[in-house]
Amino acid sequence: MGEPETAESEGARRAAMEARDRVRFEEEALALADQVYRVARRFVSTREEAEDLVQDTYARAFRSWQSYTPGTNLRAWLLRILTNLNVDRGRRLQRRPDETPLEEHDYYLANSLAESGGEQVLDQDRVVERLSQDSIVTALSSLPDDFRDVVVLVDIGDFSYADAAQILDIPLGTVMSRLHRGRRLLKAKLADEAAA
Amino acid sequence: MSDCDKCERLLQGYLDRELTRDEFEVAEMHLDECDYCRRRYRFEESLRQYVRTTAVERMPPGLMEKLAQLRTTDPGPSAPV
Repeated sequence: MGEPETAESEGARRAAMEARDRVRFEEEALALADQVYRVARRFVSTREEAEDLVQDTYARAFRSWQSYTPGTNLRAWLLRILTNLNVDRGRRLQRRPDETPLEEHDYYLANSLAESGGEQVLDQDRVVERLSQDSIVTALSSLPDDFRDVVVLVDIGDFSYADAAQILDIPLGTVMSRLHRGRRLLKAKLADEAAA
Repeated sequence: MSDCDKCERLLQGYLDRELTRDEFEVAEMHLDECDYCRRRYRFEESLRQYVRTTAVERMPPGLMEKLAQLRTTDPGPSAPV
C-alpha cells in the first residue's frame, strides 16, 4: 500500500507548509498593528472605536489570510479591510447621513470655502506653529468622510496615491481631487482656528 | 499666472513625491523663479509635517495583546482551521 501513504505524507507536508505560512502571515500582520492603529484612530472619533475597528480588522484578516497574495503590500491589504469595516459601521450607525453621498456641487462648495481660508493662512507666517495639536485633530475629524479618508491615508498612513486608490476602491484621479480639496478644507478650518 | 496655475496643480504631487520626472522638472524650474509658489510650497510642506507629527497617536498599551489573542495559530504547530 505504497501509494496511499505517499498521498498521505504529501498531504501532511502541504498542511505543515500551510501552517507555517499562516504563522508567518499572522506575525507580519501583527508587526504592522501600530501603523494600522494610527490610521484607524483618525478615521473615528474615540480611542475605543479605533481599538474595536483594529480588532475587527485583525479578526477578519486572520480568517481570510488566504486571500492575501504574499509579496504584495500587506499594510494596504489590512487597510482595505479596515476601511470596508469602517464604511459598514458608518452605514449601520447612520452617522453623518447628510454628508453622504458627496456630489459634485458639494465638492465645489467645499472648494470655494477653502479658497479664501487657504490664502488667509498663506499670508500668515508661522501660523502652523501657533496651532495646537487639538486643532489639527479637530479639523481632520470635521472633514467630510470622503475627504478625510484620503487625507488620513496619504498624510498619516504615508500611502501612495495608487495604494490609497486601491484601499478605497476609487480611481486615482478621484484620490488626487479629494486629497487636494480635503487639504484645502483642512487649511480653511485651521485658518479659522488661528484667526480665532 | 498660467505658470502658477500649472504649479498649483503640480505642487500637491511634488510634495507627495508622485510626479513623473518631467513634471518634477517643470515644478522645480518654476519654484526656482516664482517667489509666490516657493512661499506656498514652504507653507504646504510645514503643514504636512505638522499634521504628520501632531495627529499621529501610538497604539494604546494592551491592544497588541488583544490582537495576538485573535490569532488562529500558535507559534508552534497547529491544527488547520
